[in-house]
Amino acid sequence: MKKVVNDADEAIHDIQSGMTLMLGGFGLCGIPENCIAALVKKGINNLVCISNNAGVDHFGLGLLLQNRQIRKMISSYVGENDEFERQMLSGELEVDLIPQGSLAERCRAGGAGIPAFFTPAGYGTEIAEGKEVRIFNGKPHILESALTADFAIVKAWKGDHYGNLIFKGTARNFNPMMAMAGKITIAEVEELVEPGALDPNFIHTPGIFIQRIFQGKNYEKRIEQRTVRTKSQ
Amino acid sequence: MLDKIGIAKRIAQELKDGWYVNLGIGIPTLVANYVPFGIDVEFQSENGILGMGPFPFEGEEDPDLINAGKQTVTLRPGACIFDSAMSFAMIRGQHVQLTVLGAMEVSDEGDIANWKIPGRMVKGMGGAMDLVASAENIIVAMMHTNKAGESKLLKQCTLPLTGVKCVKKIVTELAVLDVTPEGFKLIERAPGVSVEHIIKSTEGRLIVEGEIPEMII
Repeated sequence: MKKVVNDADEAIHDIQSGMTLMLGGFGLCGIPENCIAALVKKGINNLVCISNNAGVDHFGLGLLLQNRQIRKMISSYVGENDEFERQMLSGELEVDLIPQGSLAERCRAGGAGIPAFFTPAGYGTEIAEGKEVRIFNGKPHILESALTADFAIVKAWKGDHYGNLIFKGTARNFNPMMAMAGKITIAEVEELVEPGALDPNFIHTPGIFIQRIFQGKNYEKRIEQRTVRTKSQ
Repeated sequence: MLDKIGIAKRIAQELKDGWYVNLGIGIPTLVANYVPFGIDVEFQSENGILGMGPFPFEGEEDPDLINAGKQTVTLRPGACIFDSAMSFAMIRGQHVQLTVLGAMEVSDEGDIANWKIPGRMVKGMGGAMDLVASAENIIVAMMHTNKAGESKLLKQCTLPLTGVKCVKKIVTELAVLDVTPEGFKLIERAPGVSVEHIIKSTEGRLIVEGEIPEMII
């Protein structure tokens, strides 16, 4: 079982223009920085990207947007990116906005073999247009379908050669469920360890979902909103 | 009339011991600073925290620890971390007792609009649609009127909806109102604000019964 690859370039070598990608992260927290940089370098385009956010101008998915490599974004919140807003309002970029919980569950369902599910989120709003509505326990729900991707790209704190992953803090977010929903899932980790080095009781994502893994480098981990208090408070 | 901190303080009075609470971005976030003495609540952040603490001290910011507004935060002792699907299982499954969020408009039937202004602003709904569709107890924190002086408490929302018939209570700089089947019911006035002022600032159906007490902040 050989899952370990050398670097991001090798991990993404067969991602092609027009493919659908899932990318983990919430804001800039827990995003696969190395693979995004490699995709920018590779220059493929027409990508459909499923990601909770679209990065910021000049970082994260914002880099792919700036390069016009993305045809369509499927996200829940895109408020931090001027270039995104410009491309969307001008019609250059197709955008599908999805309630955050439905996005998470659609990815989870995609990886878990559940083709669709009913949720109350979005009932009575424009999100529900064209979707089947059914009443359960006296409450209306809408039918949402599962999401899968040609490639899912996730970022973890630690991982082993079998692809078992542990995330750190809120950098976990969408990574575990996206890892499940990729036909091929690539994990970039801050620290790649030998099998047995991670406690099996504390694995967040079992290695079965991961096809390729590598130790990333030069993580910037930019902070979007640096909020602090002073010692006197 | 209340300022934003006053609104947050008044909402904090609604907190009950043992509740799990989700606070939205903006005024709702401030509620965490005014939890009444002797009340223990846990704050849920939908990006994956239960037991969110205050902002870190300068120099102790951790890029791997942020809240739903992408602000650096800390964890309280006993906090836990989870993924986004788990987070919304808590929300959708009604394990969170109170949701506080901002709004652009609320209708007198409890509809809420807060995610989109067609042609002008499209940031997305984030977790708001999931929260309002499932939370049993939703308090809206907002200003009573918009920048043009027009009421945000309407007969019907004009902007795209975030959820229908879901808001239970509204706290503005002028008043506390409950959403009832008959419309907005005036519960309290802000200090120094007259009932007439509130009537004039409210476009939707408004019920004013008897003497309306002034808030105690």
